[in-house]
Amino acid sequence: MPQHPLCLSLRQVRYAVGSARSATGVQEILRGVDFTARRGEVTVLLGPNGAGKTTALGCAQGLLRPSQGTVSLLGEDPWRAGAGLRARVGVMLQDGGLPQSVRPKVLLEHVARLHADPWPLQDLVDRLDMSGFMGTTVRRLSGGQRQRVALAASLIGRPEAVFLDEPSAGLDPQSRQTVFELVTHLRDRGLGIVLTTHLLEEAQRLADSVHILKDGVVVRHGTVAELTDDGRSRRLIFVSPRTLTRAELEAAPTPMSLDGGADNEPGARWAAGGISGPQDLHRLTDWWRQIDLMPGEVSFEARTLEDVFWEVSVS
Amino acid sequence: MTPPLSRPAPASRRILAHGFYETRNTLRNGEQLLVSIILPVLVLIGAHRLDIVSGTTAGGLSVPGIDVITPGVLALSVMASAFTGQGIAAGFERQYGVLAYLSTTPLGPTGLILGKAVAVVCVVVIQVVVIGAAGLMLGWQPDPGGLAWLSLVLVLGATAFTALGLLLAGTVRAEATLALTNILWVLLGAAGGTVFPLDHDGPGALLLLLPSAALGEGLRAASIDGALAPVPALVLAGWSVLAVLAARRWFQWR
Repeated sequence: MPQHPLCLSLRQVRYAVGSARSATGVQEILRGVDFTARRGEVTVLLGPNGAGKTTALGCAQGLLRPSQGTVSLLGEDPWRAGAGLRARVGVMLQDGGLPQSVRPKVLLEHVARLHADPWPLQDLVDRLDMSGFMGTTVRRLSGGQRQRVALAASLIGRPEAVFLDEPSAGLDPQSRQTVFELVTHLRDRGLGIVLTTHLLEEAQRLADSVHILKDGVVVRHGTVAELTDDGRSRRLIFVSPRTLTRAELEAAPTPMSLDGGADNEPGARWAAGGISGPQDLHRLTDWWRQIDLMPGEVSFEARTLEDVFWEVSVS
Repeated sequence: MTPPLSRPAPASRRILAHGFYETRNTLRNGEQLLVSIILPVLVLIGAHRLDIVSGTTAGGLSVPGIDVITPGVLALSVMASAFTGQGIAAGFERQYGVLAYLSTTPLGPTGLILGKAVAVVCVVVIQVVVIGAAGLMLGWQPDPGGLAWLSLVLVLGATAFTALGLLLAGTVRAEATLALTNILWVLLGAAGGTVFPLDHDGPGALLLLLPSAALGEGLRAASIDGALAPVPALVLAGWSVLAVLAARRWFQWR
């Protein structure tokens, strides 16, 4: 299948703050980030707090000037971009970027006036179910309502590429579903969508490609299927009848994690990752024999993006 | 399917739209209205009734107090809208990421600043109409030949104080901008040569280099003598250039 055209590329982008003369010295937030996004696809940036996701987005949007490296957004350098490029790009910032004393209706009408052919406001209001609070000042809105206003503000110019920094943060499940459907609709219309999220289930569901950042570099990237080995690498879930000691866990042949955030206690469900063949299974059963453990309820599950994320985070 | 190419509105429409949007927000904000129009009008009426200001023309002839106080109050109101109002608004917009967001729209950083300038001009026009009308009712008789100079000095003053307000808003926290701009407005308004003319002799004459004094002196010269006072105009131009250069160097959008 032919690939969609690129809408964004970052090549060896570095970004540093501070100076050698300051007490804290130079802090390098991005240390050579590479990533691309395509039209008609959802590209998800993942990473633990402080990994550099928002800074990478800032460089991609033209809000921050990289110390080194090149950024190309719809074929132009966003830092030097004029109104022509900015009209083709929508941005939803992590903190919303909404004036507090203005009503959403006034704000969105104003942003629409900056564009030659904006999205009809009423259509956007209906799609995001915002009609109930268009006349309420932003400071009186709930977190989820503000998110929807910020999302609408990013889309009202009918952008070709859109950056969504944590679009579903603070949303209730119903609103999150609304946002999912809108993002899918936009992707199907050919928009390039770059989003960050902490919700790995959301990322797994929406992403056409995923880039995982850690300490200012992209450490893993690919489609969800590629990152999770297309289901070939699985995780084995077992119930341990007793608490496992630190030494036992360190001797385990594959990464072990408590499934669902349970405590290490009798009856806990453990997940053994990276089971991709009989040899891995053999090493696991050998480990059970060594530590004299007879597990209960053994089952297999496909590896998820969450497993990949945790592997990267703790490595 | 590729969606149609998105295009920006023409530059003039974007800037005017943002200027009117900000003007509307300013006029709907009770605190801004209080500081920009109501308090200056109260100062005008109070100083006139108490008869605490007197002045002379360049030729040494004495003039009624209202002819001295009205241009001074105009200067005070311009400082309120350009410095205090824009400084506080921009400071909180920066804190909430509004400046960053708007700079990613077709407005861009330059359009944002020009739009703010349009808003300042709109508010100053309203201030001149309201305060000028109040002054005329109280007996103010400006020299008709000086109205063009009055406008020029108002523009210079608005430019200098807007740049100073934005410089403060873009470099310190919003709460600090709020406190500093209010304190400076009161201090400069009371003792900085804005409303009450400063002594032109002795070491105190150095205070005439303050932008507040230059604005007050320039407006009084235009209104009373019908002439452009070159030194205050140059002082205001100098403050404008310095503040714009400093804002370009240190202003942070978020």
